[in-house]
Amino acid sequence: MSRTNINWQPTGTLVRRKVFKDQKENMATSWEIVIGLEVHTQLSTNTKIFSGASTTYGAEPNTQADAVSIALPGVLPVLNKGAVERAVKFGLAVGAHIAPRSVFARKNYFYPDLPKGYQISQFDLPVVGMGAITIQVEPLSGKAAPYEKVVRITRAHLEEDAGKSVHGASLGMTGVDLNRAGTPLLEIVSEPDMCSAAEAVAYAKTLHNLVRWIGISDGNMQEGSFRCDVNVSVRKPGEALGTRREIKNLNSFKNMQQAIDYEVQWQIDTIENGGKIHQATILFNPDTGETRAMRSKEDAHDYRYFPDPDLLPLDISAEFLDAMRATLPELPEACRARYINELSLSAYDAASLTGSREMADYFDTVLAALAPSPQSSPASERENQSSTLAKLCANWLIGEVSAQLNRDGLEMAQCPVSTQQMSGMLIRIADNTISNAGAKEVFRTLWSEGGEADLIIESKGLKQVSDSGAIEALVDEIIAANADKVAEYRSGKDKLFGFFVGLAMKASKGSANPAQLNEVLLKKLAG
Amino acid sequence: MINASLNQLGAALAAKKISSVELTQLYLNRIATHNPVYNAYLTVDAKTSLAQAAAADSLLSSGNAGPLTGIPIAQKDIFCAKGWRTTCGSKMLADFIAPYDAHVIEQFNRAGAINLGKTNMDEFAMGSSNETSYFGAVRNPWNQKAVPGGSSGGAASAVAARLCAAATGTDTGGSIRQPAALCGITGIKPTYGTVSRYGMIAFASSLDQAGPMAKSAEDCALMLNVMTGFDERDSTSLQREKEDYTRDLHLPLTGLRIGLPREFFTEGLSSDVGARVQEAIAEYRKLGATIVGISLPNTRLAVPVYYVLAPAEASSNLSRFDGVRYGHRADEYTDLADMYEKSRAQGFGEEVKRRIMIGTYVLSHGYYDAYYLQAQKIRRLIAQDFTDAFAHCDVIMGPTSPSTAFNLGEKGDDPVQMYLSDIYTIAVNLAGLPGMSIPCGFGASGTMPVGLQIIGNYFEEARMLNVAHQYQLATDWHTRAPQGL
Repeated sequence: MSRTNINWQPTGTLVRRKVFKDQKENMATSWEIVIGLEVHTQLSTNTKIFSGASTTYGAEPNTQADAVSIALPGVLPVLNKGAVERAVKFGLAVGAHIAPRSVFARKNYFYPDLPKGYQISQFDLPVVGMGAITIQVEPLSGKAAPYEKVVRITRAHLEEDAGKSVHGASLGMTGVDLNRAGTPLLEIVSEPDMCSAAEAVAYAKTLHNLVRWIGISDGNMQEGSFRCDVNVSVRKPGEALGTRREIKNLNSFKNMQQAIDYEVQWQIDTIENGGKIHQATILFNPDTGETRAMRSKEDAHDYRYFPDPDLLPLDISAEFLDAMRATLPELPEACRARYINELSLSAYDAASLTGSREMADYFDTVLAALAPSPQSSPASERENQSSTLAKLCANWLIGEVSAQLNRDGLEMAQCPVSTQQMSGMLIRIADNTISNAGAKEVFRTLWSEGGEADLIIESKGLKQVSDSGAIEALVDEIIAANADKVAEYRSGKDKLFGFFVGLAMKASKGSANPAQLNEVLLKKLAG
Repeated sequence: MINASLNQLGAALAAKKISSVELTQLYLNRIATHNPVYNAYLTVDAKTSLAQAAAADSLLSSGNAGPLTGIPIAQKDIFCAKGWRTTCGSKMLADFIAPYDAHVIEQFNRAGAINLGKTNMDEFAMGSSNETSYFGAVRNPWNQKAVPGGSSGGAASAVAARLCAAATGTDTGGSIRQPAALCGITGIKPTYGTVSRYGMIAFASSLDQAGPMAKSAEDCALMLNVMTGFDERDSTSLQREKEDYTRDLHLPLTGLRIGLPREFFTEGLSSDVGARVQEAIAEYRKLGATIVGISLPNTRLAVPVYYVLAPAEASSNLSRFDGVRYGHRADEYTDLADMYEKSRAQGFGEEVKRRIMIGTYVLSHGYYDAYYLQAQKIRRLIAQDFTDAFAHCDVIMGPTSPSTAFNLGEKGDDPVQMYLSDIYTIAVNLAGLPGMSIPCGFGASGTMPVGLQIIGNYFEEARMLNVAHQYQLATDWHTRAPQGL
């Protein structure tokens, strides 16, 4: 084989990826992509899954490693009930079968960050069985329309995390930090139901939102609280499943996207060049955008799973299930449907608002404060009004609020403008007291200085002028002072309209009602 | 004093006939004299023991003493005891100082008992002769050429040689009962889950159970009162009311139904042991018991099943001894895999390695169903045999071991022969039942003790101790001590 035939040439791969992106649409007719995910979610318990040691992230190495974490001779695991509660909540949230009896098993292998020489996990009897979630897929090429898809969840099981090897801890030595050892994880395994990087990312995002929504994980990807392994294979339509390769430990959605794209193309190229795919575990390098085999199936471990004799089977009663069910909030999917069906919001708005539970809660709270009281108007009118208010509120949250949060690097939960402050401002938009421009000024003030919308409007003189007489007078003055521009406009230079709007707004110090101003300007300029 | 029962010692301490410091010193002196011969203790820490004794003496003076306050107890070196070297009989842990107390150790500390030292044992409790200890074999006080049994050989030897008032042991396949039989003492393995395994270095988690080894059933009952109790740190610990195991000792045995499994009296049982067991049964008849013939049809499968399940669990339990965080690490190695291989090859003895190999094999892909799963199924059948038998009898009796103590080195090169010395005890662990051994005479030579095994139904320890105690009131085998001590 000549060197040019090797697929790993980095220069070639970049070109190939580019070609692939353009070819994506017709590629689907010749190759089918099959993707399944395994996601490790760190559960948000204060203590470890089998001991009382703290799970706080970022502590000095080995300060959270108790006797169980370092596996001293004679220590034994005791199951943390909080981890079980979280696993069961997840199962209920994805409509899964919860096993009345599940079993912890030992997965045996040697590694310095695995202090017992085995990981306690669940093998053939996991706590959560088959379930499903609905994902909203935004295809990567702008042309295609968004669509929904149901992805089946094969199982989810409880297990403990390993510690960390710290290479180069001191000169030529590897250190071991066991703070993370024993942290509770829920490993969520999907069916191979996804057939593009976009679907895989949509699934991961939906799952990521869900685990935070129901409060079982902080989902912090930088801290490793949400880690994705992606199984990828390709096949010709109608053929049996191809051999899969597993991309390990992807910790951002962007990396996932790139890794899958690269891997899919590599597999297609390999097969088209007469090669074969061998089962392997691979790593994605975000710096080069390439995937590379870590180990092949030949040197795969025989984990020698067997039931852990130190732990009793995990029995889950109907009462416990009921209690867990009672703690579940409205789920994102139901919330999304409510926004669309009851508030007539667009699918896009509904998806954005349910992007996090904090956002949805914020939205619901603000909207409730705005809602017209039942006595004030007939039901049909109220419905119209509430959908208008919902749209107004949604626009602000998805627009200004999200943008500002983004700029300041804040989470929704840290939003400096309270729901009360926000509704106070939106009421004044809805009743035409302030213009959108005025509202932006109010919002900026609320954000940086706090206060109350009404007081800000008052002190800054932001009340908009809706008095038609006052606006007409203002427009008349402008037309009189700019005769040359008016002439140009009337001779067909439509673009000048904005110039007049600007002048009028400036003259009114931004307080003119824009809709009214437009109307008057149009009329008067027409002559 | 050295032949006194725990109750007698307790009375002497309470009456100030002797102080705990004096009593502890007495035993320390005996250990200094005799341990070089018997090698029953691996670690003695006179200073710590005497400090505990001084504290016990204040408790005794203040009137806050319990039945075991001030009494020196030998602890098997499988129990982690804070500040004590805890080796489990292995080079792997030769320098390991435990940073915490096992539940059993805590219980004795709470009771005001004295930790007299850590006793020798087969390496990681794997053995039936105490010959697999990295620290050398233990000798049987009845005959220095003979083994004391194992794995709690140091404990049995120490009790028999009167080098402690009583001792703790652990029993995975007979490791309390078989050495008790071979050394002519009384030992009981309680129902699985009765004594917490927290801090007890695991051999085979689903079988391991701690229990007392002492001079009499009455002493065992007092010891058990201290050792048992629910412990939330062991998920297999049973949540039950605390019992007083001495409560039924005095009851007469009239109407007691003793089941004799026919499978325990076939070939493989040496005739002298068989004869002594029959004589003991005859004594029980005199005490009012009736004898029922029973069958435990799967008995012959117990040893093979055990040698699948116990090594399987052990192969995993012993994985933590990797030289990374504590324990032996090879001085020189080339890379990580080499460090593991050399540290474990050097740190573990032959028998431990053999069982790790067996266990790894039976759990490996393609063999799991045929070995491990199959063995688990038979384990249930074995337990069912006992359930069926207990429909017809109150206790089951038979020999503890097929022969009296064999000589050091006699079975060293034949592991299967060694494994068969636990043929009558192993099924009891597989079923999770309580079992005990009491002395019932001497073998053909007239010098080596024979043990009678008593097996009870789940949680029937008090009944078994009653059955043993009544026999010990009627006979004096348990009071016999080796010559020259």
